[in-house]
Amino acid sequence: MSFELQALCIVPGQPHPLLAPEKSSAWDSLAKSYERLRVDIEKLDPEIILYFSTQWLSVLGWMFQADPKPKWTHVDPNWHDLGNMPYEFEVDSAFAFVHEQEVKKTGRFTRTVNYEGFPIDTGTIVAQKLLNPDNKYPASMISCNMYAEKEETVSIGEASFQALQRHGKRAVVVLVSNLSNRYFIEEIDPQKDRISSRKDDEWNLKILELLGEGRLEDVAQVAREFSKEANGDMQFKGVWWLNALGGECNEYEGKVYDYQPVWGTGCGIAMLKPNESHPSKSGQFVPKATTQPDFHQTPKSVSLSNSAQPVEVNATTNKVEAAQGQVIQSGQAAHAVGSYPHARREGEFLFLSGIGPRRRDTNEIPGLIQDEQGEVISYDIIAETHAVFDNIKAVLASAGATLNDLIDVQVFLTDIKRDFKTFNQVYAEYFPDSNVAPTRTTMGIVGLPTPIHVELKVVARLK
Amino acid sequence: MNGKIVSGLLSPHPPHLVYAENPPQNEPRSEGGWEVLRWGYHRYREKLKSLKPDVILVHSPHWQTVVGHHVLGLDHFSGLSVDPIFPHLFRYRYEMDVDVDLSRSIASHGKEEGLLMKEMKNPDFRIDYGAIVSLHLVNPDWDVPVVCISSNNSPYYFSNEVGQKEMAKLGRATRNAIEKSGKRAILLASNSLSHRHYTSEPDLPEDMSKEHIYHHGQYLWDMEVLKLMKEGKSQQLLDCLPEFFDMALAEVKAGALAWMLHAMDVPDYPAEIYSYGSVIGTGNAVVEWDPENRGGQS
Repeated sequence: MSFELQALCIVPGQPHPLLAPEKSSAWDSLAKSYERLRVDIEKLDPEIILYFSTQWLSVLGWMFQADPKPKWTHVDPNWHDLGNMPYEFEVDSAFAFVHEQEVKKTGRFTRTVNYEGFPIDTGTIVAQKLLNPDNKYPASMISCNMYAEKEETVSIGEASFQALQRHGKRAVVVLVSNLSNRYFIEEIDPQKDRISSRKDDEWNLKILELLGEGRLEDVAQVAREFSKEANGDMQFKGVWWLNALGGECNEYEGKVYDYQPVWGTGCGIAMLKPNESHPSKSGQFVPKATTQPDFHQTPKSVSLSNSAQPVEVNATTNKVEAAQGQVIQSGQAAHAVGSYPHARREGEFLFLSGIGPRRRDTNEIPGLIQDEQGEVISYDIIAETHAVFDNIKAVLASAGATLNDLIDVQVFLTDIKRDFKTFNQVYAEYFPDSNVAPTRTTMGIVGLPTPIHVELKVVARLK
Repeated sequence: MNGKIVSGLLSPHPPHLVYAENPPQNEPRSEGGWEVLRWGYHRYREKLKSLKPDVILVHSPHWQTVVGHHVLGLDHFSGLSVDPIFPHLFRYRYEMDVDVDLSRSIASHGKEEGLLMKEMKNPDFRIDYGAIVSLHLVNPDWDVPVVCISSNNSPYYFSNEVGQKEMAKLGRATRNAIEKSGKRAILLASNSLSHRHYTSEPDLPEDMSKEHIYHHGQYLWDMEVLKLMKEGKSQQLLDCLPEFFDMALAEVKAGALAWMLHAMDVPDYPAEIYSYGSVIGTGNAVVEWDPENRGGQS
């Protein structure tokens, strides 16, 4: 048993192809295309199917279905007259916990759900019943956080990949999402169903053209504009998750099975199979360290100064060029514990101050357990190391740099005997290829200013 | 005898309030919490008993429909409601009787107004948790028949004006149906005010040391809206709702408040604020319009 990212799929979550294909040639066509996709998935013989449905909305962070056999008779709130959707699914609940752990490492709130009668959404039910009708493959489901913007959604996609890799199984990933999501709000003749506007139609076709060419990264790049112009389903954010899970690249063989309307919305069915150039084929795939900032990101204050006074720079905004002598204060990394900036640029070099694992928002040290007097009971060098890299990535991003730009690293460990081996393993996840990794020096030291156990001092060269 | 609306209540539906009460219908158990809001509901429960209503109508944003306004078309529903957002707080077994005649009459009057109306007749349908929370909080005995109306906010896709006009028609249809029914009706607009949540939660959900409004701007908007309610300025309230939606992510965008105010003929008398409080960052108020007392003006 070994991990393989076999295919990424996009399917619509409308119940019509499942419950009423006979009423419309468009819905019937979708049902038949779903069946062709099912057959192609069967040929891959996956060991797990992971679903992300835009109809499973969460508010408190991210949720994971952990009930091994969820069972219910679902009735859609709007399409109740189409009939019932009874289900009994086989869920890989062990993966739910692995998935939750990986997402938790991003600092987000997580929750597994295992409650009788917990409402699985229409989209997931439709996809699972049409793609995996006999529960041949264990399924898993992650929610869609309604507040998550691009940066958060991308980080979750990366965590989902890490979870699948850790789980070590052949995986097919399914995004359940409409394309354009503008409904007719009156009764229609199902046989005359059509996309609700020409503009939506043209945008859908553009997205499908890109998917057919295997250009998922390009789809993710235009997702926000698509959503604005064609009322994309949940801002089409599912594509950000899917693309991040796949390594943010265009290295796929794309296949579009169908494109049809359901009550005015745009419904596409597509599969993307990683080609030989896909990063997951190298066996050393690490999701991108830093997402390319998005031009349309919610504007926040962004400024750079030539003065010695630190200025706030938001890591999620456009890539910015740090000018000579500038100091950098990231809006995302933990606050400094003294009078020094996060980083300073000199020439083409960017020097970062020592970076630890504290979270910016809570000052919390991941994995640390202390007694009431503040004495350390236990700590987690894995969690701390990941958190250090999160902070470093945030500071680098503030100067338009990534981990790939690092040229030298100094490591400080407070218990080198205990932690060196584990630290080294985590470090290798970020720099799997020593031929391109930065130089490194590791030191055991007697202590650090706060109850942390690892700190990194890095230098980057800016392009 | 003409039927009439004897009371209209803005009745937010955070499941936390039911969780905090530990009623027998709900599985999770709490140590309390959100008392100020719950005291408001407690006071309204006593009022409701004195009003002796024949029917309670609820418009809930968690029964979302995109094609038409739907009403329950069967006379009894029972089942298990599990909140999809807060399943750890709300797993509630419900039994409810439906006033199907009034539901049908509202649908009929809605059609006369030019609305697309539908009856929901699937016995396996699960009643949405928003309606259940509001109904429980005003009448935990469930001894008054109900009418549930879906939230069709798709007209708001086009513009706030289109959405408001739609809710005005639905409100008129509701009022006309109630008057013809000869019944004493209570309306529930199952909405919070400002509606930005925190995306994480304390280990103990009812830890009130962690509970506060998401941001001060929301609070100011909530106070502005409550001021208009207290001053009996319902038309101004309706007029400022689009801005309230945008500035405070107000849940009233789902249409319930506009529906209720129009059903009550846009009251020009003061509403009574029973309570206000935040729940996981959202702003919530229990507010009553009493057409007989008219805020003490009668």
